[in-house]
Amino acid sequence: MKLTLQVWRQRNADDAGRMARYRIDGVRPDMSFLEMMDLLNEQLNQRGEDPVAFDSDCREGVCGTCSMVINGRPHGPSRGTATCQLYMRHFSDGARITIEPWRAKAFPVIRDLVVDRSAFDRIMQAGGYVTVHSGPKPDPNALPVEPEVAELALDAATCIGCGACVAACPNGAAMLYTAAKVSHLGLLPQGQPERYQRVQSMVAQMETEGFGACRNYAECEAACPKKISISFISRMNRDFLRATLAEPVNPRGTMDSQ
Amino acid sequence: MTIELQASIPHGRIEEKWVTHLDHIRLVGPRNRPKYTIIVVGTGLAGAAAAASMGAMGYKIECFCFQDSPRRAHSIAAQGGINAAKDYRNEGDSVFRLFYDTQKGGDYRSREANVYRLAELSMGIIDQAVAQGVPFAREYGGLLANRSFGGVLVERTFYCRGETGQQLLLGANSALAREIHDGRVRMHTRTELLDIVVVHGRARGIVVRNLVTGEISSFAGDAVVLATGGYSNVYYLSTNAKGCNVTATWRAHKKGAGFANPCFCQIHPTCIPAAGEHQAKLTLMSESLRNDGRIWVPRTKRDTRRAAEIPQDQRYYYLEERYPRFGNLVPRDVASRNAKDVCDEGFGVGPSGLGVYLDFRDAIGDRGADVIESRYGNLFEMYERITGENPRQTPMLIYPAPHYTMGGLWVDYNLMTSLPGLFAIGEANFSDHGANRLGASSLMQCLADGYFIIPLTIGDYISRHPNGEIGTEHPEFKEAEQTLRERTARLLSIHGTRSVESFHRDLGKLMTDHCGISRNEAGLQEALKNIPEIREAFWNDLAINGGSAELNQSLEHAGRVADFLEFAELMCIDALTREESCGCHFRQEYQTRDGEALRNDEEFAHVAVWEYTGEGRTPVLYKEPLHFEALPPARRDYKK
Ligand SMILES: Cc1cc2nc3c(=O)[nH]c(=O)nc-3n(C[C@H](O)[C@H](O)[C@H](O)COP(=O)(O)OP(=O)(O)OC[C@H]3O[C@@H](n4cnc5c(N)ncnc54)[C@H](O)[C@@H]3O)c2cc1C
Repeated sequence: MKLTLQVWRQRNADDAGRMARYRIDGVRPDMSFLEMMDLLNEQLNQRGEDPVAFDSDCREGVCGTCSMVINGRPHGPSRGTATCQLYMRHFSDGARITIEPWRAKAFPVIRDLVVDRSAFDRIMQAGGYVTVHSGPKPDPNALPVEPEVAELALDAATCIGCGACVAACPNGAAMLYTAAKVSHLGLLPQGQPERYQRVQSMVAQMETEGFGACRNYAECEAACPKKISISFISRMNRDFLRATLAEPVNPRGTMDSQ
Repeated sequence: MTIELQASIPHGRIEEKWVTHLDHIRLVGPRNRPKYTIIVVGTGLAGAAAAASMGAMGYKIECFCFQDSPRRAHSIAAQGGINAAKDYRNEGDSVFRLFYDTQKGGDYRSREANVYRLAELSMGIIDQAVAQGVPFAREYGGLLANRSFGGVLVERTFYCRGETGQQLLLGANSALAREIHDGRVRMHTRTELLDIVVVHGRARGIVVRNLVTGEISSFAGDAVVLATGGYSNVYYLSTNAKGCNVTATWRAHKKGAGFANPCFCQIHPTCIPAAGEHQAKLTLMSESLRNDGRIWVPRTKRDTRRAAEIPQDQRYYYLEERYPRFGNLVPRDVASRNAKDVCDEGFGVGPSGLGVYLDFRDAIGDRGADVIESRYGNLFEMYERITGENPRQTPMLIYPAPHYTMGGLWVDYNLMTSLPGLFAIGEANFSDHGANRLGASSLMQCLADGYFIIPLTIGDYISRHPNGEIGTEHPEFKEAEQTLRERTARLLSIHGTRSVESFHRDLGKLMTDHCGISRNEAGLQEALKNIPEIREAFWNDLAINGGSAELNQSLEHAGRVADFLEFAELMCIDALTREESCGCHFRQEYQTRDGEALRNDEEFAHVAVWEYTGEGRTPVLYKEPLHFEALPPARRDYKK
């Protein structure tokens, strides 16, 4: 296959960036999209040009590292598929493909197609955990969990943190990501003690990071490589509302200053 | 320099060793812990669990990974599950049985005391993970579900669909996130360890490169923990993530840490074969497929007919014929070796001839399409996404691929390497899987090391030394930084004609051919002749564009390949020296009359530990003899 690629090139965060056009030959339909990019880089290297920087690691659709907007769609045309599991057989010979980085205020570009997603980690750090130390714990079977609840929690926890939801959202909102994280723990009995505090801290951090507001476009769900449902957003909103309405509690009780 | 191999195995009966050890090791009190800095490199299951646990105890932790987020460590990709001797199914499972299976599976090439401790700690891992909110599969009654895995006789594997590694890592990472938030762990992402700094014989810090700015800097600490994973990528094509590398452990080795059993690499039998030269990595298909799929090749060599056109009597179900009792469920090493053999003889299928069929036709016929779909639907989908073929209609094509490295840095019972103050945990050490690892046992080992062992054993070392006192202004740090700046500059100044990738491919092919599924003296000698040639070509003809003071992925890759090019030689030397066949290490010269591995306990019941003696010098071999007190070695025989 022969292709024409329009690729975003940007040397660093301060560079304005531009689209560059490359013709590439020798692409095979059984190549993955990233192997096609490897081939492009090999050819650029031969010509003495800087290869296109892009992130990838597991190349099995689970680490969430790869992140390309392909022909205007985060992770490209196949539903429920991360960039690394997209194959060239979905493109036709002679096609023209545009490749851009995630575009969002909270994800500044580092170089070419590589962006800084550390905002996601800070949302997790704000409250995305159950406070437990390492050490002996009660036997888990002492606390049964209905399988449907565990499965629903897993549906949320399956989020790979790639950021496609943000890239797809016209407002650059991180609601689907945050909702998935909040719901995973909020659904399980282990997550109950910190449930309301968690949703407040995580939502507050999300806002601090500069993600936009949710307007129910649902583009996030369509772009999600794990097909995470936007119903988790309503679930998070309910929890958030409940947390706001509740009496503020001091988790340390009133004896703090003793 | 010489290496001291003091395994420090506690006295007493095997069931008492760990408990007695804990009763006697030295502790660091809670008030003193914040005075000590511990460097943890790696945020996979081992590293994240260790950093979070030690942070929560009060130590000051500096934690590093090369990905953009700790959550993306390679552990995230583990699919199948994690073992624990809970015996929820009332099958007679026990700590001893898990110990026995692991020891036998490893072909009696691991240290008994460590393996027993692993089995002992397995149950606590599940408890810990559930408390963190890991959503394991449940039964209708709400209790934890199990499945069987890797050809053992009990159902002791816990799982979260096909994403057990992801869920366990998210659990460990949530604990880590909390410590980062509270300031006890400082997290450094997109930062690569390039060297270990040794002062007065103790590991005192590391030198790193910031992958975004290119800046080289140092961190000092009271102890250094490496949780940097395995080195299967020495083969270029493996099931590992693209970034997995040997750099951290290799540099540690060059600074004095002994490297144990480097030639032990597990080749997983069920992976999607390479489609062509462009292939960047290989995808694992879960081992569970062998429960229902039948493996075969055509009986005629180089048969080009489509699978469906080949009549039943012309199909060679080689595993079922050769191993009637275990059939398609023989252990990983046996399955891999047989697949290679039939392909080498010319029976292989697929475009390259390096493939065998994994066929679900009969299973669908016997059990019905629905049942098979419910078991493997997601795997079929994944296969279809990658290959464009529907395995419900045409058999899957599979071929073995490098997957896991049992070898690693030598560690004592406290998980300390032979370099005082340097610890190694998870896949980076050699400790628990001998010459072959059982399915679902790596996640278990990583978490046992990280949550339960290192947080306690490290105190025993730390409490014997005063804290602080050496900082990064010490000349050893400055010197190490300078050496690395020069090395980077050297890599960028070659201005040759070939890409890093092309050298990595060459090395991978060589290692696959000569130090892969089966090995022989001539092949290994050949490899030992060729590796220095590739290395030489690399340092003379490498082409990298871009500079050092910016994000430069070719430069990162070049540094890793440079290390693989040195390390590969040690693997071959180790494989050559181990004149026996055991587990994954099949030396063609040492086999029984019917082609099975022939172990030699008299001469090789030891851990081979290598000392680095300088560039171009032959490494020196030390042996840690293995004593079998609780479990006398038996022959692994899957024919009967
Ligand atoms: C496809 C696949 C499926 C698997 N399935 C299973 C399974 O079902 N059950 C099971 O038990 N095992 C399984 N395994 C094996 C298991 O996943 C690994 O052995 C295990 O996760 C290794 O964990 P780790 O913590 O030791 O290292 P890793 O998870 O590999 O983490 C290494 C860490 O070190 C960091 N690092 C490495 N080098 C450097 C450096 N130079 N500088 C800075 N940081 C560095 C990385 O950034 C990363 O954070 C599977 C493996 C693969 C490949």
